[in-house]
Amino acid sequence: MLTQPRPIRLKGRSFLALALSPELPVDDWLARLDDLAARSAGFFLRKPIVLDLANLDIGQAELRDLLAKLAARNVRIMGIEGARASLLAPDLPPALTDGKGTSDIEIPPAEETAAPVPAASPAPAGPAPVQARAHASLVLNQPVRSGQSLYHADGDVTVIGSVASGSEVVAGGSIHVYGALRGRAMAGTMGNATARIFCRKLEAELIAIDGFYKTAEDLEPGLRGKAVQIWLEGETIKVAALS
Amino acid sequence: MGKVIVVTSGKGGVGKTTSTAALGAALAQTGAKVVVVDFDVGLRNLDLVMGAERRVVYDLVNVIQGEAKLTQALIRDKRVETLFLLPASQTRDKDNLTPEGVERVITALKKAFDWVICDSPAGIERGATLAMRHADVAIVVTNPEVSSVRDSDRIIGLLDSKTLKAENGETMEKHLLLTRYDSARADRGDMLKVDDVLEILSIPLLGIIPESMDVLRASNVGSPVTLADGRSAPAIAYFEAARRLNGEALPVVVPGDKRGLFGKIFGRRAA
Repeated sequence: MLTQPRPIRLKGRSFLALALSPELPVDDWLARLDDLAARSAGFFLRKPIVLDLANLDIGQAELRDLLAKLAARNVRIMGIEGARASLLAPDLPPALTDGKGTSDIEIPPAEETAAPVPAASPAPAGPAPVQARAHASLVLNQPVRSGQSLYHADGDVTVIGSVASGSEVVAGGSIHVYGALRGRAMAGTMGNATARIFCRKLEAELIAIDGFYKTAEDLEPGLRGKAVQIWLEGETIKVAALS
Repeated sequence: MGKVIVVTSGKGGVGKTTSTAALGAALAQTGAKVVVVDFDVGLRNLDLVMGAERRVVYDLVNVIQGEAKLTQALIRDKRVETLFLLPASQTRDKDNLTPEGVERVITALKKAFDWVICDSPAGIERGATLAMRHADVAIVVTNPEVSSVRDSDRIIGLLDSKTLKAENGETMEKHLLLTRYDSARADRGDMLKVDDVLEILSIPLLGIIPESMDVLRASNVGSPVTLADGRSAPAIAYFEAARRLNGEALPVVVPGDKRGLFGKIFGRRAA
């Protein structure tokens, strides 16, 4: 028995994985995969891979066979998307749903000097094939009104105007408010502890960075109405006036 | 083609109906053809404030459902002959308002009148969104207190997203009408000051209507305040707001500033 029960922290995260969509006949598709691996050594090494079976009609035995063949090529499948529930057994990778597409992954061209290397050889990872997504900024030229919710998971949000009481701004990156922040501001929601919140006038109902939050009551009264920046230090939210 | 105005607020009891009647009567007294439309189906009040409750035969819902012609439902005011009322139904509810029906009625009214003033119900549901849907101009009625201001802010957000103008990528012209303003209470800090409200809502000010017994008195005798006593403080404020709606650049005087000036003169004499 635990004498001091401590809550377990659970957080939702989203990650970028490569989705492989095998085609029939599987052997032909595997041959093309080998060709790709030959051109870009270590392409699938240590990468989270999801198998997309939406357009593939195969049985469980064939699926096990496919997974084994992929494993032999050092392709580790972390989840299966688009498969019938009956196809998946407890010892198979778990089903994934609601995947969102991003830009197609560019495959690095074969280096001219590089001789074909066996896919299994643990070559040091070359240039990262998964290109970092451009951190698009969102700039809003009008106030955020009560009841409105501004959600931008990809990067920073800048509001030229105020954020009203009863509204919320959620950003994957930092939040900049060139006006009064009266509603809720949640920065770094995709697990970015370095995100910050800046505002001209702090009247916020709630502020949060990377899942750690403070309500208006917990904010230092002396900072209300001031131009401030808010950041995360360890697990503590820090607020300081911008002089 | 006439202009369609929606008088809206989100919160109830802030003075939408009073303002609709007062502005309608003020505009009509300049000779313009004005119709005030009650969208508060099920809780109609505009007929009372206009003093026409005994003359209602057909209403907005009858017209929308094809049970009556528009001309049969329109009630001409007995005091100003260019002022008309299209009453709401008291026995039906807001589900009887259809988007197509409302569009048909508003289009017909726009052809016949210079101003179509729609009195929106409180809330943000069907009645309110249909009342604002076809508007060219919105008048956001707000009391100087926090809950009214926040509700108005919500409504401004809807005006910028749920109206035809917004959906066509145009911006809705929005005006703030600050009602029930009591300068003494604002000075004491019991009420929000004009600047505070303007700072939060950041839309242009159409007028400030002082808190006054004249408004209640006019409502009780079934008369828009701009018809009951044209020289009362709220009536003057509504007349000025109507002139601003007509495009006149008239400076807004904060009630109480006048008294401040008077106080200064008085003070000088005493010294």
